[in-house]
Amino acid sequence: MKALWKSGAAWLCLAFLLGLAATAVPQLSAQAAWEPKKPVEFVIMAGKGGGADRLARFIQGIIEKHKLSSKPFVPINKGGGSGAEALRYLKDNKGNPHVIMATLNSYYTTPLRQPGLGVDIEKFTPITRLAEDTFQLWVHSDTNINSVDDYVKAVKAAGGANWKMGGTGKGQEDSLVTGMLEKKFGIKVTYVPFKGGGTVAKQLIGKHLNSTVNNPSEQAGFWEAGKSRPLASFTPKGKLKGRFGKIPTFEELGYGAEMVYYMQRSVIAPEGIDKNVQAFYVSVFDKVYKSKEWQDYLGKKGLIPGWLTGGELTRYFVKEREAHRAMLKAAGEIK
Amino acid sequence: MEIFAHLADGFLIAFEPLNLGLVVFGCAVGLFIGAMPGLGSVNGVAILLPMTFLVPPTSAIIFLGAIYYGAMYGGAISSIMLGIPGASTAVATTFDGRPMAMQGRADEALIAAAVASFVGGSISIVLFTLFAPPLAEVALAFGPPEEFALMVLAFATFIGLGGDDIPKTFFSICIGLVMSAVGLDIVSGEPRLIFGDLPGFFHGINFLVLAIGIYGIGEMLWTVEISKGEVMVSQATVTLARVVAGLKNLKGTIKTMLMGSFLGYFVGILPAAGATPGSLMAYGIAKTISKDPDSFGKGNVDGVVAPESANNAASTGSMLPMLTLGIPGSPTTAILLGGMVIWGLEPGPLLFVNHADFVWGLIASLYAANLFALLINIGFIPVFIWVLRLPFTILAPLIFGLCVIGGYAPTRSMHDLWLMLIFGVVGYLMRKLDYPMAPAVLAIVLGPLAERSMRQTLIGSHGDITEFFVRPISGTIMVVALILIFLPLVNVLRNMVRHRISKTPL
Repeated sequence: MKALWKSGAAWLCLAFLLGLAATAVPQLSAQAAWEPKKPVEFVIMAGKGGGADRLARFIQGIIEKHKLSSKPFVPINKGGGSGAEALRYLKDNKGNPHVIMATLNSYYTTPLRQPGLGVDIEKFTPITRLAEDTFQLWVHSDTNINSVDDYVKAVKAAGGANWKMGGTGKGQEDSLVTGMLEKKFGIKVTYVPFKGGGTVAKQLIGKHLNSTVNNPSEQAGFWEAGKSRPLASFTPKGKLKGRFGKIPTFEELGYGAEMVYYMQRSVIAPEGIDKNVQAFYVSVFDKVYKSKEWQDYLGKKGLIPGWLTGGELTRYFVKEREAHRAMLKAAGEIK
Repeated sequence: MEIFAHLADGFLIAFEPLNLGLVVFGCAVGLFIGAMPGLGSVNGVAILLPMTFLVPPTSAIIFLGAIYYGAMYGGAISSIMLGIPGASTAVATTFDGRPMAMQGRADEALIAAAVASFVGGSISIVLFTLFAPPLAEVALAFGPPEEFALMVLAFATFIGLGGDDIPKTFFSICIGLVMSAVGLDIVSGEPRLIFGDLPGFFHGINFLVLAIGIYGIGEMLWTVEISKGEVMVSQATVTLARVVAGLKNLKGTIKTMLMGSFLGYFVGILPAAGATPGSLMAYGIAKTISKDPDSFGKGNVDGVVAPESANNAASTGSMLPMLTLGIPGSPTTAILLGGMVIWGLEPGPLLFVNHADFVWGLIASLYAANLFALLINIGFIPVFIWVLRLPFTILAPLIFGLCVIGGYAPTRSMHDLWLMLIFGVVGYLMRKLDYPMAPAVLAIVLGPLAERSMRQTLIGSHGDITEFFVRPISGTIMVVALILIFLPLVNVLRNMVRHRISKTPL
């Protein structure tokens, strides 16, 4: 408490001095690079233990380890309602330079499905896209399903009502990928939503589910331990490297090049923040991106690197949103 | 025997000077963090995570483990002393700990809390040492139907008790459940009950806000009323003789301690549950099995022992799914998990094989942390008692200030602060009208867990309710729960019949 009070008083003095300095030499302070004045809230629009959560906490670790920011980045999970909670929070924090958010694809789908939120993602400030995550179709290793063919047969034999596919919230990535499977193979499954991808993975290993479409990071540990088995990747040929590159893609198996779906891993800030502030975050994440830890993580976790920033990133967001609008319409989720 | 060889290696690691120093330091910091309302183990671990990059990973997790452990001990302190739950895990400790302090038995309550924490911690670490891999299988066997059955059992322990006014208990649970439904729908993501369009309700009603409001503010208003402005000083004292007597008194609570420890550990290993539900359930069961359930909530030492043994046991338990499955069992372990990834350790089924020194070093240091937390805690009791002897005119503003900090800190939103003040007034009124408040607190903690698991089960079974009964684990738990719920009804009927028989001769 005492330390807190002391540092509070110190800040007050500092702010006062800075104020004096600012009035004396206004042009100087305007050009100084921005630094956070207090801990930065690093909002995660998903629950704990899933791919997005692990990634954000990993990034926080890199920032701490290399001291990329004078103030810490504090991860906060706002996973409620497929990220609606987080989106609304960002909207309500217009102009706040101490809030950023790690996004996933519900960044597109949730505002489309809930126009009542009043969120327009084009207004948010783009920081960077770090990578694209991938999806695989997973089953428990105790089953004798070894290929996509076996899988389709097993689902048909069980009947869709008895085949439980687990995933994150309805209308989110996992359910869209499930929809792709259903359409392609003319099957029907029972989709059970869970709070995060980590829980979904655990439920598969506990045999409460028959299959999942987890990200590599969520199943990697279980796969290595021989508990789960990937059947195919939703990626184009040759994009994935390492261990995950050995999994056949749907395209390679002859199911067509349209069986591809990515999860974007980006960082954004609220609308109405200063150019200086934006530049600060871009430079922090640039250093994260170039760190050895990050490059190792990409390979180990089956992520595809893809640095994008500025207007290019906004254009990418808009393009993806329109693609998701079409997917949601096809799935009957929106009109 | 291989386990003991591993454990011996672990102790060698834990007793390296650096690691042992970190254990002691971590326990002391944790104790303070736990005792400060609003600063739970989650914040403590999050704030201190960066410090851990200075030391090797094994030392880092030992440090964070010690903080986590110390915080579990510390949470009881403000619950007992000030009636403000220091952390969400210590809410159940206020139910009986605060009345004990008001009766001048604060030292007894503090000793009971410390010893119960020690027992809970010790039992859970032994269980962890011997049965970690098979218990991970148990955690896996719990799917949505089993989770729901467990929640029903928890509610049943609160309804199915003789003594309390059952309609009022039921009403209190219902109010809690309605409040737990506020926020975004877990399946569709649509906002529910947000009073028009108040975004503060999007994340639901934070349970700590409710608990601090009801127990902190409400309790203070109550004290103001009964003291009618007179200067009140608690007659708390502490002497060695009283400490020894306090320890002797605990003999009668051994059964409760064991129950709390096993239950807490078990609830802790289930992902998504964690120490808060564990401690509340232990309280409910302690009351059910007690010979004197009426005295709960009025200063029964069993009511302190049960939640305290359970929350420490659960904090060890929740490390199990984190280490073996890579899924955090509590918010704090979620942060530890983040730390492990950056240290280059991959939590999951292979951690025990690939990083045995890390796992066993952690387990051994938990033994050490448990012991040091007990010693530090007991050593500080005289200081805590001194605080209690402050006149109420000084204590009341202090409590109020701590409540405000505690209500604001977790989410840093003014919305929650206003909510907390409103709950304070409501808590005061409920107390005046003699409504039990513990069931409402339980309902707001368990409500979302129960709702989610029930809906997941029903989606999977296409609305077939028998799913809860046909599976062996969930079926058994459900039957026990239903018996507990209908037990009071049977009692009422039996009393009516007896009444009629006694009347007929006339």
